[in-house]
Amino acid sequence: MTALGLVSYVSFFLTVALIYGIGTMGLNLQWGFTGLFNAGVVGFFAIGGYAFAILIGPDRANLVGGFEMPFVVGLLGALVFSALAAVVVGLATMRLRSHYLAIATFGIALTIQLVALNFEPLTAGNLGLIGLPRPLWHTIGSPLGFNLFYLGLVLLATVVVYVMLQAILRSPWGRVLRSIREDEEAAISLGKDVRAFRLQAFVIGCALMGLSGALYVGAIGYISPFDFLPIVTFQIWTMLIVGGSGNNLGAILGSIVVWGIWTSSGWLVSVVLPPDWQARGAAGQVILIGLLLVLTLLFRPRGLIGEQVTVSRGARVEKAP
Amino acid sequence: MGQVIADGILTGAIISLGAIGVTMTLGILRFANFAHSELVTWGGYFALMFVVFAGTAGESFGPLSFGWPFVAAILFAGVATALLALLVDMLVFARLRRSGAKEMTLVFASFGVALLLRHIIVVIFGAQAVYYTSALQIAVEILPGVRVMPDQILVLALTVLLVVGLHIVLRYTRLGIAMRASAESADLARVHGVDVRQIVRWTWAIGGGLAAAAGVFYGLTVQLRPEIGFALLLPLFTAALLGGSGSVYGAVIGGMIIGLSESLSTLIIPTGYKQAVPFMILLLVLYLRPRGLFGEAK
Repeated sequence: MTALGLVSYVSFFLTVALIYGIGTMGLNLQWGFTGLFNAGVVGFFAIGGYAFAILIGPDRANLVGGFEMPFVVGLLGALVFSALAAVVVGLATMRLRSHYLAIATFGIALTIQLVALNFEPLTAGNLGLIGLPRPLWHTIGSPLGFNLFYLGLVLLATVVVYVMLQAILRSPWGRVLRSIREDEEAAISLGKDVRAFRLQAFVIGCALMGLSGALYVGAIGYISPFDFLPIVTFQIWTMLIVGGSGNNLGAILGSIVVWGIWTSSGWLVSVVLPPDWQARGAAGQVILIGLLLVLTLLFRPRGLIGEQVTVSRGARVEKAP
Repeated sequence: MGQVIADGILTGAIISLGAIGVTMTLGILRFANFAHSELVTWGGYFALMFVVFAGTAGESFGPLSFGWPFVAAILFAGVATALLALLVDMLVFARLRRSGAKEMTLVFASFGVALLLRHIIVVIFGAQAVYYTSALQIAVEILPGVRVMPDQILVLALTVLLVVGLHIVLRYTRLGIAMRASAESADLARVHGVDVRQIVRWTWAIGGGLAAAAGVFYGLTVQLRPEIGFALLLPLFTAALLGGSGSVYGAVIGGMIIGLSESLSTLIIPTGYKQAVPFMILLLVLYLRPRGLFGEAK
């Protein structure tokens, strides 16, 4: 591989890792800070991705959509539609125990995939939508240039999301979220509308996942239902748990580490195993992810970077006498 | 129409068996075990291992597709799956319980375990669908327009037998009464001298055994493939929640309702969306009656 090829590869690797990082930060808001269990992460990725693709795609004769909107509009659309879906699921489940949320979100991810596969007038079914316009593609000219440009874009998005989340979490709102996670009854006794807070955290987190999905589709220029299989949900979780639940830097770090493990093991499988063993090899990759998840939960539940103790803005910290 | 109902009853029977284990873990261990559906897959594959090892599924009994070796295979699968469930508990869930983990951490871990269980099957057996025998079955017309295979009739009969058996155990044996007591309140059960750890082991064993039955029945009447469990995850949990978390009878009725709804839905909506039906029912349950049909109001 040439040096430029290597740069291109690493840049694409980082792009995807950081895109997942945004989704992982969304999950961190839900699970790490509010204790909400979202088992349908990939469903919200998919909603964001498809909303984006339908909004910015070229007009096609037999399909609804293809509004040829600008890139940013596509991203906004992704945020809005994911948030809406989150509201529907959230309203049904916010006052129930978390495993209801888990199975409901799992169900919505499955339903989204079925719609993506079957509702051909909108999504072109299992063929997917191809030929989506990439931002500034013609201006830049070269694939390497585009890769680097898009990496810059995603880096910017990551920083913006990170700063925003950190600001929110240090605010009084963030304090309430953590109190709900730690002791819900205490929070209720203080007069907090726990349902509303949980719903807000859930919706914001899902919106971020939708953004992540849209950025992913923007990077590769096409979308298909097979990019949104349930394994993605497990990858995101593992990224969060390994990196450190309750810490946004941990979320980003976990994404890079786990994505690195996934792609390296994938490369190994394709190089070492014979063709008829590829399916088993792919299963081996998933076993690796599952082991990583379970072993981390058993032996290092705080992850690589544990939760940082946050002092809220405006709180007075008294020095010990 | 009759055919659709018959298919729905058969699917419902399989879902019921799996849902019983789910609802028991919810009631007694108080967490949602998302790895339970993988026990269904393993049950089916354990039976396959036995058949492969024995070399055959045996000379068929009459119109059925199998003989004595397969009966032994079913029993083997039941025991092996029960042991597998106990092993998983020992390695993962019991450890987490001891270290004081919250319920959601257990649920999280169960997803990880499910991933492992499912993909270990792919590594051992490959990803393709397999069957126990290559014997062809002639469908029998039991009612005008309704054809079922003898294997399917047997599966239904065995399911009824297993559920009735479980009912007897729960109502009339000391173990059953202790299990019901533990589901209501583990602490009070302890006060009355119930060894809750023993109950926990029996919960896994019975749940695992029933899951194995579901897996074998599915493998027998449809096919055996690694994704059986994952495809059943949503129906199993919806059935358990519909019936009321912790209620075995609820799980059976819930399972039948889910099975029939999925089947009947094909009359109205395209079959590609069939798998979304349990999810719709789940949302309805959560919006309208979260405690399910027989659950207690919290």
